[in-house]
Amino acid sequence: MIRINCPFCGERDHSEFGYGGDASIEYPPLDAPMEDWHDAIYLRENIRGMQAETWHHVNGCRMWLVVERDTMTHEIKSVRPAHAGNAAVLANSAPGDKS
Amino acid sequence: MTRYSAWAVFKNGLSGQKDWTRQWRDPEPKKSYDVIIVGAGLHGLATAYYLAKNHGVRNIAVLEKGWLGGGNAGRNTTIVRSNYMMPGNRQFYEHSLQLWENLSHDLNYNVMFSQRHHVSLLHSPAARDAAARRYNTMRLTGSDGELWDLPTLKAEIPHLNYENARFPIIGAAVQKRAGNARHDAVAWGYARGADGFGVDIIQNCEVTGVTRENGKISSLQTSRGVIGANKVGFAVAGNTSRLWQMAGLGRLPIETHKLQAFVSEPLKPLLDHVVVFGVGGAHFYISQSDKGGMVFGGDLDWYKSYAQRGNLPIVQDVAECATSIMPCLGRVRLLRHWSGVMDMSMDGSAFICKTPLENLYLNGGWNYGGFKASPASGWYFADLIANDRPDPVISNLDLDRFRRGVCIDERGAGPDPKLHG
Repeated sequence: MIRINCPFCGERDHSEFGYGGDASIEYPPLDAPMEDWHDAIYLRENIRGMQAETWHHVNGCRMWLVVERDTMTHEIKSVRPAHAGNAAVLANSAPGDKS
Repeated sequence: MTRYSAWAVFKNGLSGQKDWTRQWRDPEPKKSYDVIIVGAGLHGLATAYYLAKNHGVRNIAVLEKGWLGGGNAGRNTTIVRSNYMMPGNRQFYEHSLQLWENLSHDLNYNVMFSQRHHVSLLHSPAARDAAARRYNTMRLTGSDGELWDLPTLKAEIPHLNYENARFPIIGAAVQKRAGNARHDAVAWGYARGADGFGVDIIQNCEVTGVTRENGKISSLQTSRGVIGANKVGFAVAGNTSRLWQMAGLGRLPIETHKLQAFVSEPLKPLLDHVVVFGVGGAHFYISQSDKGGMVFGGDLDWYKSYAQRGNLPIVQDVAECATSIMPCLGRVRLLRHWSGVMDMSMDGSAFICKTPLENLYLNGGWNYGGFKASPASGWYFADLIANDRPDPVISNLDLDRFRRGVCIDERGAGPDPKLHG
């Protein structure tokens, strides 16, 4: 079992989370050339080692997180909210306040 | 190479079984080869075998970082079937099943192929309609398939959960020519067959670098020295991306995920068929090995991973599936479980294709289904390497198919690798 330290809920089993995928993928603008969309949708670096990826705390706070995780050892280096707005809320709350 | 026969068994019995020869040699790598296949799994070994047998190529090496058949060849549930519907897949997997039907004779090696029927349970009229479409497509394209109603299914497999199932069983879609085989024997049979044609199978030889010159690969750096090659084929599903990047080729439509499989303690004969259960998020397949162990598996571990070890939530999922469909397994003890890493592709289908490098060929992206595919995979990959053009059957198994809008997506799951289990 991987344990993910959710910044909102604390450390939880990975079975509470849904797996998103490679967090380094950035979707191009809607009017970008087809080739850019092809690359974003279909191509993956598929790193063996530390990679940034998205996880969804679907059976918890329902927040999307960006997790740096080693795909060989499953070691987790960092966890942070995926969206800047959520990160700001977290930064402004008192230490230890997980509400 | 000793040809195996009843006479050979008798003759060696007279001399105390001391005169059997090795099944394959353990050669030192030569300076260069006409064709180097990277990966001595089922696909790589089958490729070498058919390159030699069908195309007369003899100067071949198969490089393997561990021991032959030690990767996903030994980490699967050995199911063989051809109930694929999409154009391309249909012909490919049917050809593979036909090769399986004669494989033991062709290799002079008993791969213990057992056509014990592949029985997919149905739980709703909609599922039955979808199965009717798929299995009719199979019947119209030279394969076999039939639908069983509930009385037929109960007569064939009496001990499924017909009474209290959360999703009541209403029948089954059946391919009678499907079944399973002995995974090690397939690897050994192909290795012995290829070796008999003079193919060098070089184990403990990990590729550590790829040297390119003028848009071609000139040599491979390995843990046993530099080896030159006129043509190179990658057949390393699970680690395709790593070799691809070693060759400086960037990204692929592949993610590496792991899949677990399980075997129970041996039981007396209990299940004559391969039974598949899949409804409402559950996914489960089970058969009984010749030793008596119940061999079964379920879903991927759901997150990308190169670790060849499985996680516990899936053990629980699979155990729940097992007891929900065969409650009689409730007290059976799990003997062991293992996990393989596999290329999950963006549409759930494989790649057998040319690459941006002139003399490099790719075989990968086998998702869940590499075992059954291995004979045809080797057959068409060998044809591609020998003739430098894809056979029409594999013409859409190239890396550019997504650019053309061609997704060979049997499940209709979309471009998310983890959903193609």
